[in-house]
Amino acid sequence: MTFAHSHNPRPDILRYAERFSGRAPAARPQAVSEHLRALEAESIFIMREVAAEMANPVLLYSIGKDSSVMLHLAMKAFYPSKPPFPLMHIATGWDFRDMIVHRDVLARALGLKLIVQSNEAAMAEGRTPFDTDSREWARMMLIDALKAGMDANGFDAAFGGGRRDEEKSRAKERVFSVRSVGHGWDPRNQRPELWRLYNSRVAKGETIRVFPLSNWTEFDIWDYIRLEEIPVVPLYFAKHRPMVDRGGTLIMVDDDRMQFQPGEVAQDRLVRFRTLGDWPLSGAIESDADTVEQVIAEMLGARTSERQGRLVDTDEAASMEKKKREGYF
Amino acid sequence: MNDVGLDSRQAEALAITTRAEEAQKGLLRFLTCGSVDDGKSTLIGRLLYDSKLIMEDQLKSLEADSKKHGTVGERIDFALLVDGLEAERQQGITIDVAYRFFSTARRSFIVADTPGHEQYSRNMATGASNCQLAIILIDARKGVLTQTLRHSYLVHLLGIRHVVLAVNKMDLVDWSEERFEEIVDLYRAKTTNLGFGEVTPIPLSALEGDNVTLSSPNMPWYSGPVLIDHLETVDVAVVRDDAPFAMPVQWVNRPHMDFRGFSGTIVAGAVTPGDAVVVAKSGKPARVERIVTADGEPGRAVAGDAVTIVLDQEIDIARGDVLVDPKARPEVADQFAAHLFWMSDEAMLPGRRYILKLGTEQVAASITTIKHKIDVNTQEERPGRTLDLNEIAVCNLHLGHAIAFLPYAQNRDLGAFILIDRTTNQTVAAGMVTFGLRRASNIHHQHVDIDKARRADQKAQKPCLLWFTGLSGAGKSTIANILEKKLVAQGAHTYLLDGDNVRHGLNKDLGFTDADRVENIRRVGEVAKLMVDAGLIVMASFISPFRDERRMVRDLLEPGEFIEVFVETPLDVAEERDVKGLYKKARAGAIKNFTGIDSPYEPPESAEITVDTTSLSAEDAADRILDYLKAHL
Repeated sequence: MTFAHSHNPRPDILRYAERFSGRAPAARPQAVSEHLRALEAESIFIMREVAAEMANPVLLYSIGKDSSVMLHLAMKAFYPSKPPFPLMHIATGWDFRDMIVHRDVLARALGLKLIVQSNEAAMAEGRTPFDTDSREWARMMLIDALKAGMDANGFDAAFGGGRRDEEKSRAKERVFSVRSVGHGWDPRNQRPELWRLYNSRVAKGETIRVFPLSNWTEFDIWDYIRLEEIPVVPLYFAKHRPMVDRGGTLIMVDDDRMQFQPGEVAQDRLVRFRTLGDWPLSGAIESDADTVEQVIAEMLGARTSERQGRLVDTDEAASMEKKKREGYF
Repeated sequence: MNDVGLDSRQAEALAITTRAEEAQKGLLRFLTCGSVDDGKSTLIGRLLYDSKLIMEDQLKSLEADSKKHGTVGERIDFALLVDGLEAERQQGITIDVAYRFFSTARRSFIVADTPGHEQYSRNMATGASNCQLAIILIDARKGVLTQTLRHSYLVHLLGIRHVVLAVNKMDLVDWSEERFEEIVDLYRAKTTNLGFGEVTPIPLSALEGDNVTLSSPNMPWYSGPVLIDHLETVDVAVVRDDAPFAMPVQWVNRPHMDFRGFSGTIVAGAVTPGDAVVVAKSGKPARVERIVTADGEPGRAVAGDAVTIVLDQEIDIARGDVLVDPKARPEVADQFAAHLFWMSDEAMLPGRRYILKLGTEQVAASITTIKHKIDVNTQEERPGRTLDLNEIAVCNLHLGHAIAFLPYAQNRDLGAFILIDRTTNQTVAAGMVTFGLRRASNIHHQHVDIDKARRADQKAQKPCLLWFTGLSGAGKSTIANILEKKLVAQGAHTYLLDGDNVRHGLNKDLGFTDADRVENIRRVGEVAKLMVDAGLIVMASFISPFRDERRMVRDLLEPGEFIEVFVETPLDVAEERDVKGLYKKARAGAIKNFTGIDSPYEPPESAEITVDTTSLSAEDAADRILDYLKAHL
């Protein structure tokens, strides 16, 4: 992929990275509430436990807002050291282009090792999200690729950005969640987790998923992004974009692989995304919120939970729990 | 545009977020506990619903679910909103701890929704461990139940000082003040000895919403706060800034040669550059030079802050060490007394070694004594030798080395611990330190002039312990007997400790339960250790089915002294031999807990010597061991 312009497309990310360089005198851009300070300290504690106790951790970086906060917390937790683990992105080949730009610029600016993992075999077969059942797509492109990435690199722990407020089955997730040799999750066999005493011991081949954002809510995430001035993918903010209205779901035409149905044409609509993933599977909402403040204001007034825009999740009740058992987050 | 460059829309948005920001005054973590069907999930669903946190799409799926699984007719079943996992949705019970989040204009809340029935009370303890307040639900029709008292005791044990007694389903007792008072009086009478800081009784109906977020028109006789008002205003602040400073070191931060910092979260007190600190265990002193964070170097950091501390001099510090105020050092000991909450299906066995995690420290630990068990329903003390799932006891623990700690009542972070099974890696127990024991450090070893080496020299041999393990009838004693004759013939000084013989004397008070088997091996291990100290070559012939106990004996001796001899015989071969006729009896059910039949045998993973009795005669086996001794001693 080539950029239309030769200068860096994300100067905000370069300014951001400078904060962790140790050169500029650092201070919080804005005061943060007691509540967010407590959540921040808790997440940092969790990340340090993993770094100290696990042999080979990785941060699963999905490029979304939760991942952005998680990475920010990792930068803080080990400062002035860099986080002692790489980032891994599970790429499907259908990620929004803006996401890939964000990922590459950020990883380079922060000087972090980035692993991009994909299900190459499925890609080579020419499978697309247009002609694949969405559950099958997620299993193949996300779950299988994630498992392969864990196995190939010998990772024994993986940070994920899951939050307990997202969805019912996640409300019961542990902070340290043990996965069997095949990356399966047994909801009936989870370790009791008391105080801040996380049990990180695993047998050979078992792994741990760690969720440092367990106790954050969607509002906390956005408020923290606002106060800490954390760069996020511009797709979260309203802009005129080429959209197709497919059965009430607004899909963005991100490149020329779009498969139009008869009668469909791309229309210019003022939209933003509440969650990001593969562009053919991400529904946008019509909105004019083009700053973090406006996004938060809109969210406070909204009566729709954030997963609604994710086509992958709406297939059946408790689909998230099924996916977790299979090894997804 | 105004003078800070915002257009009116942005200004409005900022005003909204600022209001939201102000709302985040603080965070209250509370748990709800009660018996099955007391309506916990309904109460939480009601709080979420009334605080407008249920989104439109969730509401739609809730309405659909209510029709499918609901238990309250045509109405919305709020419990379905919070009961997450498929299995329990079908069974209609909550089987785990679920965390819920909501906020009001005054506070943010994290709710731990915990199960009511007995087999899941470990999850209740899990939920309670991080909470500041507990809501104990009572069904107004049923009143104070055994479970109510159990939950109250657990809440007390885990150090929660604020309790709301929510008398629910008041609609089903005709909103009766008399019934409410009767329940509250009984509850107070039964829990006075617990010493709760504060009990706030509130009559309510979670299903109808009375006294949850709005005052109930049905109970004009009640003048106290509605539930949400109480949750918003209760003062749960734990002032720890003025306590002496303590910070367990999590991670040594060393990005390059010129920087060495100690990362951790402060668990008590405050610290300022220039402060003197010591390493709790070693007593080594230093001064704080800088407090480093990614947000600059603060002039002061307090309990709850995650920081990196740089000291003015290089001293030896690793993960697990605790940096403390030199004027108020925590206890450092290798023994303490603690309340232990057993959380595993597999019983706790005194003497067995577990991994203990306290703060950032991990150390081998065993339970030396169960002082007494506590009946969670009556809080009566009872004797006991083992602990089963959900049982609580006051125990003495012995650690592999001394660690720094504080009583749980004084500091949760330095007084709470978990025990981890070394084989399964499961978290098997939660513990709370009551006080340190100094016995071991007070009984100094008596110095003697003649030592093990001198005694061994006199006998011209290197002492060791040959530990024969294997199934009953494998041939352990036969081989050990032949080996001893050969050794004595060569002039060696030996002793043979045989399982059967020991059980007639030293261990005649022990049976064959798992707990007694562990104690049997512990005693034999100690005796064998004394004999090795006397300079003898000791042979011990014991089935010793558990790896952990064999490891325990190995750990008692010096490296190289413990030689594990696995007498390998398949079960069918041993059973066919059946020299003592024991297998026949066990198969007939006349002997319980017989190894190989209804009690497991864990074969060694790396025995020094393995002899296969299907291919070797006892004579050959003894010769092979003799060869090993010649080569290694």
